[in-house]
Amino acid sequence: MSETIKRPKRKNPILKTRAPTLPPDRRSRIALGLVRGAAMGKLELQCCAACGAVQYPPREACVRCLSAELEWTVMSGRGELVSETTLHHSQELFFRERMPWRLGLVRLAEGVSLVVHLDARCGPAPSPVIVEAVLDRAGQAALVAKPDDGNTALADEPKLRNFTSDPRFRKVLVTDAKSPVGQAVVKAVLEAGADLVWAGHCEPWKNPPGWPAIAQLPKVTLVPLDVTDTKSVNELAAELGFKVDIVINTSEHHRTFGIFGRAGVETARAEMETNCFGLLRLAQAFGPVMQSRGADGETSAVAWVNLLSIYALSNFPQHATYSASMAAALSVAQALRAEMRVAGIRVVNIFPGPIDDEWNQLLLPPKLAPSAVARAIVGALEGSVEDVYPGDIAQDWLARFRDNPKALERELGR
Amino acid sequence: MKPNDPAPGPEILAGFTAALATGAIRIIDLTQTLGPDFPSIVMPPEIGQSRAFRMEEISRYDERGGAWYWNNLSFGEHTGTHFDAPIHWVSGRDLPNSSTDTIPVADFIAPAVVIDCSKESAADADFLLTPDFIKAWEAVHGKIPPRCWVLMRTDWSKKTDPAAYQNFDEVGQHTPGPDPDAVRFLLNERDVLGFGTETIGTDAGQAAHFLPPYPCHYYMHGAGRYGLQCLTNLDLLPPTGSSLIAPPLKIQQGSGSPLRVLALVPSSQAGASRP
Repeated sequence: MSETIKRPKRKNPILKTRAPTLPPDRRSRIALGLVRGAAMGKLELQCCAACGAVQYPPREACVRCLSAELEWTVMSGRGELVSETTLHHSQELFFRERMPWRLGLVRLAEGVSLVVHLDARCGPAPSPVIVEAVLDRAGQAALVAKPDDGNTALADEPKLRNFTSDPRFRKVLVTDAKSPVGQAVVKAVLEAGADLVWAGHCEPWKNPPGWPAIAQLPKVTLVPLDVTDTKSVNELAAELGFKVDIVINTSEHHRTFGIFGRAGVETARAEMETNCFGLLRLAQAFGPVMQSRGADGETSAVAWVNLLSIYALSNFPQHATYSASMAAALSVAQALRAEMRVAGIRVVNIFPGPIDDEWNQLLLPPKLAPSAVARAIVGALEGSVEDVYPGDIAQDWLARFRDNPKALERELGR
Repeated sequence: MKPNDPAPGPEILAGFTAALATGAIRIIDLTQTLGPDFPSIVMPPEIGQSRAFRMEEISRYDERGGAWYWNNLSFGEHTGTHFDAPIHWVSGRDLPNSSTDTIPVADFIAPAVVIDCSKESAADADFLLTPDFIKAWEAVHGKIPPRCWVLMRTDWSKKTDPAAYQNFDEVGQHTPGPDPDAVRFLLNERDVLGFGTETIGTDAGQAAHFLPPYPCHYYMHGAGRYGLQCLTNLDLLPPTGSSLIAPPLKIQQGSGSPLRVLALVPSSQAGASRP
């Protein structure tokens, strides 16, 4: 963690809280091709299958040979800053509030020129830079150039910090801090510089390993929260919803049954109750008040993280009902993303493969350590992504899903 | 009433309602409030789970329903202050009239005795009620009559901290209850109607390790008798002389039900069960 970002002063309570503004977000369908990679932190540009030309901005046909066979292809990101300028005026409210704003022209190694948001730490042109695809506060893809020195976090640059959900100095609610992942997340966000963590916990008579130590951590406040209980969710939101800058929903109910493995719907219902309706309850209780604080200074409400599962993409029949509940949760999360976008609040979905916990005991490695899930969550907040597939299994399933979802369905059904 | 007695006249109920009106008979509520914060039964996580009490608003004088407030509820049959029917246990599965819809209604109003184990339970969370303890109680208060509720007062209901109420450690729950001999004694020697507790079950917290496991459930329900648990205010009942009104919901093939348990107590006796 760098010291470049100073702790902001407390808010002046006699001044009006500013309303959130968004950067311009109208895009053609072709231009939206950029967001597919950017959502996962990848810079993808159109590459012509016929002649090999890389082009930017995105178009319907190849600018060199007019072929319509254009494939979105991952770029190296390496390039040279060709020129730079600093904007002092804009007709866009979002940028007017943030002037001056630095822009640059970068010649990418792949031979194409890009207009980029320029990191203040980039030397004068010409100089080597790394271009990254990021998400702006409207959730649209944007291009950012950083110095090519391998160690420049977006969140450490005061302007580019706008593209992140940096937990530094922010107040975080972890909805289930008792689970192995929840405990790891509490530790990770505190290490990342969060001001405090509200550690949600239910069923106070259960005292799992590790929990007493978490409860003792400085900057941790235990709060009763059961996402299956509307009263509990509403009471907590009423108490502290107006102070929460980041929600990390780690609440999860996971049983390991196929359709025939557990008679009746009670286990499936319990999974839905936590994984899907729990998210819906949290969203209804905490979402609106967070929206109202989307521009509340340097430590505004900024992000909402959902711990989902790679099984949300395609059902893993050995864990059939859990997969179904996670697919439902993903759908709710997509709707929440649309609702929160108007306030510039990012909804981040984490799609881990099997986590190394009791419910995945019978699955062979590789399995994700809870600490690895926590690192993925903090990484998403410090960076600028909204879909995270941590670990080899998740990456493998995602690749197979994107290549041929029917093939993955057959493979998982074996 | 003997078979040859003349049929009672209308005055028999008039006397009762008059006693209620004058306060000569007091009504004591033995029921915990049914809500999401009251502890629910804990089972190993891989087996079937009883749903905790949950309440979702249908409308509250709002756009979901103009002038009215109401809720949808969900909970397991064995939630909050609740009644256990014989069909709840495998030992009672083949008995006639053993579910909440078929139990004879006469069993829902019955006398009760209260055995005070509060000091012993305060000293030892794993306190077990034994035949000797019951006989010592009888030496003071008289023999337990047949077809009578036996209520085990432990003051456990006074534990408002849910963690203390559940009282788990790494080897499970520690709450008082009857030992297997006591249950056999109450059934075979005293023909009781049922057994009631202030804890989350009629059996002790460690009763999974008894022989047989969960003896109060096993024997009581096997004999067609009933259970009441999560009771409160047992400290306001006399050792003898009270009667319970404890009808469960008439759930088809129900194994139990949350219910309102009312105790009728002669006002001269209301107060405490300690002699």
